[in-house]
Amino acid sequence: MEPALYQYLLRLADSSLTMGQRLAEWCGHGPYLEEDVALTNVSLDLIGHAQMFYQIAVEVSGEHKTPDDLAFLRDAHEFRNPLLTELPKGDFAYTTLKQYFVDVFNLHLYQALSKSKHQPLAQAAKKALMEVKYHLTRSQAWCERLSLSTDEAKQRMQQAFDDLWFYTPELFETDEAMLQLADQGLIADYSVLQSYWQQQVSDLISKCQLVVPQSGWLATGGLQGEHSEHLGYMLAEMQFLQRAYPGCEW
Amino acid sequence: MSEMKLYEVFIRAKSGLNHRHVGSLHASDAEMALMNARDVYTRRKEGVSIWVVESCHITASNPEHEHEWFDPAEDKVYRHPTFYPLDKEVENM
Repeated sequence: MEPALYQYLLRLADSSLTMGQRLAEWCGHGPYLEEDVALTNVSLDLIGHAQMFYQIAVEVSGEHKTPDDLAFLRDAHEFRNPLLTELPKGDFAYTTLKQYFVDVFNLHLYQALSKSKHQPLAQAAKKALMEVKYHLTRSQAWCERLSLSTDEAKQRMQQAFDDLWFYTPELFETDEAMLQLADQGLIADYSVLQSYWQQQVSDLISKCQLVVPQSGWLATGGLQGEHSEHLGYMLAEMQFLQRAYPGCEW
Repeated sequence: MSEMKLYEVFIRAKSGLNHRHVGSLHASDAEMALMNARDVYTRRKEGVSIWVVESCHITASNPEHEHEWFDPAEDKVYRHPTFYPLDKEVENM
């Protein structure tokens, strides 16, 4: 058991799972049929990434657990995702911008992790990276279209930006254990990720003529399992079946 | 939705084959139509290449002209390339 690596893998997996679950909430509610299919495609990709990372976490832990146990039988305080990924889906602008922020992050994260000295992690990151590139193409295209179209779309994009901006620094939060993992070449250097992310996102901000909000509540706590009230409700719905009918399969 | 345009989607199933019409979809512009086509029509690895064409750019024959346009070809068997052997190496004809 390597507790630090295990916790880190949970962070990766929990982030993808919560993003995937929120996107899945669009199923049948997309703005139009084609986009409905596209959103749920991405959702399934993200849940697939979560499954890979949970699998590695299980192997690292050496415990007799399955990826499903980690996804469906842990409570909110055991989740390690940043608060951004658990936020409700909001409107389409909100979902799109949140996805863009996370896609840019994932792109640089998985590029770095694909060089990890932990081989299973490097392999999983390579696989995820291929899909993330497409996710980013999509979310960026939508950000540009919404920001540069009708007044209502612009206003909704700016509102989403105001609401989400101060959740983004938490993506790059590290603790002592993560710094040690980075020193060992096992995980990414998050300060480097942050500079890549800021560069790329600021390009989009100027292209989309978005106004950076001056102040707001700086989200934190996910790394320590301190979450927003939203995660509990999400897990209640997502985990209901396994909680009510343990081991149920179909 | 009122801003959406209709696009026709063509997919090449594998290298060497023609792009074939598979259906249509709505999108705000051509780039988005390509992405939507990728997500709607190639989810099960149906293709390796996609074309999209805005439906309004397709000029179609009039269904009312079906008989006068197409029936005359019916009894002209000599137009079919069936009177000579085809080399085995020629695939996908």
